[in-house]
Amino acid sequence: METSNTKTFEEESVATYKKIELPPIYKDIEPLLRIERFPTIWCPACGLGLLLKTFAKAIVKSKIPPEKHVVVSGIGCTGRIAGYIRVDGYHVTHGRAIPFATGIKLAKPELEVSVISGDGDIVSIGGNHFIHAARRNIDLNVIVINNFIYGMTGGQLGSTTPKGAKTMTSPYGNLEEPFNLPLLAHACGASFIARWTVFHDTQLLDAILRAFEIKGFSVIEVLSPCAIFAERNNMKMLELIKILRTKTKVDHNAPLEELTISPDKPIILGNFVERREKPSFDKLVFDIIKRVGGE
Amino acid sequence: MTKLLKPGVYFMEGNIACAEAALIAGCRFYVGYPITPSSEIMHHMARRMPEVGGVFIQMEDEIGSIMAALGASAAGVKSMTATSGPGLSLMQESIGLAAMLELPVVIVDVQRAGPSTGIPTLMGQGDVMQCRWGSHGDYEVVAYLPSNPQEFFDMTIEAFNIAEQLRIPAFVLADKVVGQMYGKVRVPDYSEVKITERTKPDIPPDKFREFLPYDSKYLVPPFAAAGDGYRIHMTGLMHDERGYPNLTKEASWKLVTRLVRKVRENAKKIAKWDEINVDDSKIIVIAYGSVSGSAKKAIKIAREKGIKVGLFRPRIVWPFPTWRIEELDSKNYIDTFVVVEVNMGQIYHIVKGYVKNAKVIHISHAPGYLPEPEYILSQIEKIYKR
Repeated sequence: METSNTKTFEEESVATYKKIELPPIYKDIEPLLRIERFPTIWCPACGLGLLLKTFAKAIVKSKIPPEKHVVVSGIGCTGRIAGYIRVDGYHVTHGRAIPFATGIKLAKPELEVSVISGDGDIVSIGGNHFIHAARRNIDLNVIVINNFIYGMTGGQLGSTTPKGAKTMTSPYGNLEEPFNLPLLAHACGASFIARWTVFHDTQLLDAILRAFEIKGFSVIEVLSPCAIFAERNNMKMLELIKILRTKTKVDHNAPLEELTISPDKPIILGNFVERREKPSFDKLVFDIIKRVGGE
Repeated sequence: MTKLLKPGVYFMEGNIACAEAALIAGCRFYVGYPITPSSEIMHHMARRMPEVGGVFIQMEDEIGSIMAALGASAAGVKSMTATSGPGLSLMQESIGLAAMLELPVVIVDVQRAGPSTGIPTLMGQGDVMQCRWGSHGDYEVVAYLPSNPQEFFDMTIEAFNIAEQLRIPAFVLADKVVGQMYGKVRVPDYSEVKITERTKPDIPPDKFREFLPYDSKYLVPPFAAAGDGYRIHMTGLMHDERGYPNLTKEASWKLVTRLVRKVRENAKKIAKWDEINVDDSKIIVIAYGSVSGSAKKAIKIAREKGIKVGLFRPRIVWPFPTWRIEELDSKNYIDTFVVVEVNMGQIYHIVKGYVKNAKVIHISHAPGYLPEPEYILSQIEKIYKR
């Protein structure tokens, strides 16, 4: 279980609370943000604010009314997104956002349910739920923020930490292979698989809109700079941002086996998999209800 | 309603009675993971749920099960899961979430012998404390103790009602004997069945900004489901009345006291128990669940032999009727309470904590094995002769 060390910060934000004005370019997304909770708990230069903005824009563009959108998050920095976005938002236990979202989707299939959480939450502690939800192909939009580390708890090694990277629990360099998330999602049967960074906002927006549209399990891995990761690896935050902005290569048709992230090769981005023909699990469940004559 | 079990008298297994009762109570979301000796509930629900227009799903583990049940509850649908000891252990963190988010859910635990894998196919009563104290932090639950299929049926409906009324996780603590016992089950006319639904906000959804999901002017705040238009936020973090994280002393004090007050202030209305011969008995046997059947028989024989012994049998273990134990303890003619349970002493400690005058003796029994009436009788005789 991650523990939150945000107490003083939260208290400070309550104490220094004043109404925050958003720049005019954000007027369209303002009704979708819980501005009264700003400033967020996120560090300066963290990528999560960009994701929040892009996701809010996607809700606006989706033509699905905000009251039909639901966001479920687990624990961690990213988990706080469910509390900053003004749709029905649930901030649940560590690693369990996907099964909670599964319950919502099956109880009210007309809702557009998105899971937004970190890599540690979704594929480490919640890895079992992730693979099974993908296998079922339930219609959820899973946005996995990959910052390569456990940020909130102080920078420990995660299942997406690149080999050799230094963390509080791998001071001599990470000995483990990181997950290749697009390959994992594909092997489990996901309907839509993409990888972008928070800086590729146009492409990310497009990917989120596709995830909304596709009736099936969608996975978008979003790479995001983390100040904790930068610091543990003796990098300037700007260097990390530069890597994510420039050392990336878009290749929608890249072989999935080659998508493992490693420091010595460019990071490949793209919309890798789109399988629209597969029926979603929730559809099959309701087909059965119809068939056996339920009300 | 036509697809529900028709009113009448049936001969059925306890686990099936539980499943049918859940459907009558309005449960339309069943989620589970296979585990002996509760699986019959899931098998039955897999077939029956679509027939009544509800959703059935088998999850990858018990953590997934309880979380999906909570998700469905957050979307406004009555949900349940059934499991046994090891599964309940896995669910504990999420049960704390149910308490914190105030999501109604029914958890049926068909107890087996523990610890660990224990004896999957034999009964146990080792989960009474787990269901009360299993998750970290302070919260209260309501837990029923059926002793036969009829009670398993009735109590499952009551568990749904109390979960909805108080927005809490409610438990039905059956055991292998009750779950797999066949017996007479009377399904009452639907007009006799009381069904409770959670209260809805009195503010229309278009004024969602005025709605406080955790308004402390209520003991149990009205509930807005996902998709109802209130655009609420729920978090497992300590939160204020808006549902926003708030780690201050004031918020913590206000929220957690209300969470426990929901049950504590209603304890006398919720608690239920049976008493036999408590007006003249020297010895009071305290037994619950399937063991209370053996205890009843033992007491009957003892009475025939002239031994003044009575029975106190909680039908609900949490909240435990401690005030009634104190009242009985104040009666001079009662000199011993004998707690019989299939564990090494769980409810014994509760009774001991409230009895000041009389002696409290624990009769434990090997997990897995229902104590026979003769065994209880021999213990009563020993104590009586002292």
